[in-house]
Amino acid sequence: MTTLLEDKDRIFTNLYGYHPWNLEAAKKRGDWDNTKALIELGRDKIIEEMKASGLRGRGGAGFPTGMKWSFMPKESDGRPAYLVVNADESEPGTCKDREIMRNDPHKLIEGCLVASFAMNANAAYIYIRGEYRHEYKVLEAAVAEAYEAGMIGKNACGSGFDFDLYIHHGAGAYICGEETALLESLEGKKGQPRLKPPFPAMSGLWGCPTTVNNVESIAVAPTILRRGAAWFSSFGRENNAGTKLFCVSGHVNKPCNVEEALSIPMKELLEKHCGGVRGGWDNLLAVIPGGSSVPCLPKDICDDVLMDFDALKEQKSGLGTAAVIVMDKSTDIIKAIARLSYFYKHESCGQCTPCREGTGWMWRVMERLVKGEAEIEEIDMLFDVSKQIEGHTICALGDAAAWPVQGLIRHFRDEIEDRIKNRTRVAMPAAAAE
Amino acid sequence: MSGETFEFTGKFLSEVERNIAKYPPERKQSAVLACLFLAQEQNHEDGHYVTEAAMRAISEKLEMPYIRVMEVATFFTQINLKPVGKFHIQLCGTTPCMLRGAEALMEAVKEKFGIGHGQTSEDGTFTLTEVECLGACCNAPMVQINDDFYEDLTPELLINVLDTLKGGGQPALGSQIGRVTSEPEGGPTVLLTGPAPQTADAPNAPNSGAGD
Repeated sequence: MTTLLEDKDRIFTNLYGYHPWNLEAAKKRGDWDNTKALIELGRDKIIEEMKASGLRGRGGAGFPTGMKWSFMPKESDGRPAYLVVNADESEPGTCKDREIMRNDPHKLIEGCLVASFAMNANAAYIYIRGEYRHEYKVLEAAVAEAYEAGMIGKNACGSGFDFDLYIHHGAGAYICGEETALLESLEGKKGQPRLKPPFPAMSGLWGCPTTVNNVESIAVAPTILRRGAAWFSSFGRENNAGTKLFCVSGHVNKPCNVEEALSIPMKELLEKHCGGVRGGWDNLLAVIPGGSSVPCLPKDICDDVLMDFDALKEQKSGLGTAAVIVMDKSTDIIKAIARLSYFYKHESCGQCTPCREGTGWMWRVMERLVKGEAEIEEIDMLFDVSKQIEGHTICALGDAAAWPVQGLIRHFRDEIEDRIKNRTRVAMPAAAAE
Repeated sequence: MSGETFEFTGKFLSEVERNIAKYPPERKQSAVLACLFLAQEQNHEDGHYVTEAAMRAISEKLEMPYIRVMEVATFFTQINLKPVGKFHIQLCGTTPCMLRGAEALMEAVKEKFGIGHGQTSEDGTFTLTEVECLGACCNAPMVQINDDFYEDLTPELLINVLDTLKGGGQPALGSQIGRVTSEPEGGPTVLLTGPAPQTADAPNAPNSGAGD
């Protein structure tokens, strides 16, 4: 039995922008409160505390944040180190980092300072997607305020640590949310992912040690350090610690962003915060629980599945970015997934053949499945091709394109078959008349 | 401005310099996206796109080969390589918006202004582009027009926005049904213990808060 998160344990207290985002208001919310003391904890202690908190990366992959920070070189070999914040929020269904940046930018800026200090980085870049123009302006203004007040810059917060922070914008390419594509784009090139290794911690931005973290992962860091790892890890199940921003979209009565404890049952999340599924819980068809890349789940799994990394993985799906896309029984689920196939076809960077060719191929088959213009055998062929894309590309976009299709076939095969059979039945007499 | 020559001027030039200064001196190329955006903005009256002359000017400014500028310009969807209308309607068609009626929005624009995906109205007022997820899914369906998001749309609400723009007015930004941001319609279920909403500082207002 889970208990719902209480307001006193919410990190993002201005999530909805009901209050000003500026420095003065942020300070009243507890940001920048003796940040110097956080820095005085020292690098090792900060990383130790982040590890102990159990925070797993909030950008989709769920890699432990503290461990990621520990991969950075302890001593510089002469090269500078960088923190790069991935604010290229583009995973369909996901719109949480936007709220952090426009409503609580100082949480992110303070997080950048603390995280950069822990990784021996004197500079950080926030890479924000190009479409977020207002969020870009708010961030730039908030950074200017922070410089002005001595929170960042030379001797940041009086800590003796020098820290520069810059905002960099993209221009409309989903692939730049992939960390190495993001780095390429930050270097002024087209956003095509790099082969790993070398990993960014060894050779990232301009060949220097770099850590790329999601906005939410960085923005929660100061609160974790203030309130302690034990506080943060008291929410959610083991290995799934903490509070999390959930973005609920689609067929609920009241779509919204909300911060909740991880491991909250999906049904409770939707009913407590989102006004429930349109037409009631029994009108639910399926849910994509973690952004467009993860396989959808049919209602019977949604009935009691928990919203965390491990529970969703057990169901062959994933928490991803915690973007919950809800589909009621009015949904043409084949069409809904076909639209995602179009998305991946559009966003493939074209570097790897299985993805460049495969995403287009899958989309074209999906479009035929929407109309039932296919043979039953093609369902298996589609599944098989998706398996040939998955794991055979430089980055995870190939996997991300394959998984929604696999989820559809796994759970809604009957629906695809019915559509093909029904069409054949209707089409036959016409064909016979020719 | 003709496509023959291009030079950053005035506030655009100072923005270019400010962006270049964000990177180490030998890494000017990093400013290429910022420069392409600014070139479009400077060229706003003439179709908000980057000309070959602009790309050449950027290549000189950033000391990078012209072909690399072009490679970036053609890779990113927000860089326009041909003119767009005064108002560029970027209509999100990805699944979260589709589930909440993006297709009906597309139809409504076509019916009212006679333009489909990739087309510009005869008077040059509107260009319609179906784009991929814009990251405002809790306020779906939505469109971006030039720099601004308009959210929680119905066909009627979208047409209202477009009519207002066409008539020289400025529609309310963000949610068209009175939500402040992405809280549940009718009010939040959480964060009820803080001070009352100060909607005058709604974050969608471009000049809200301090520092502006």
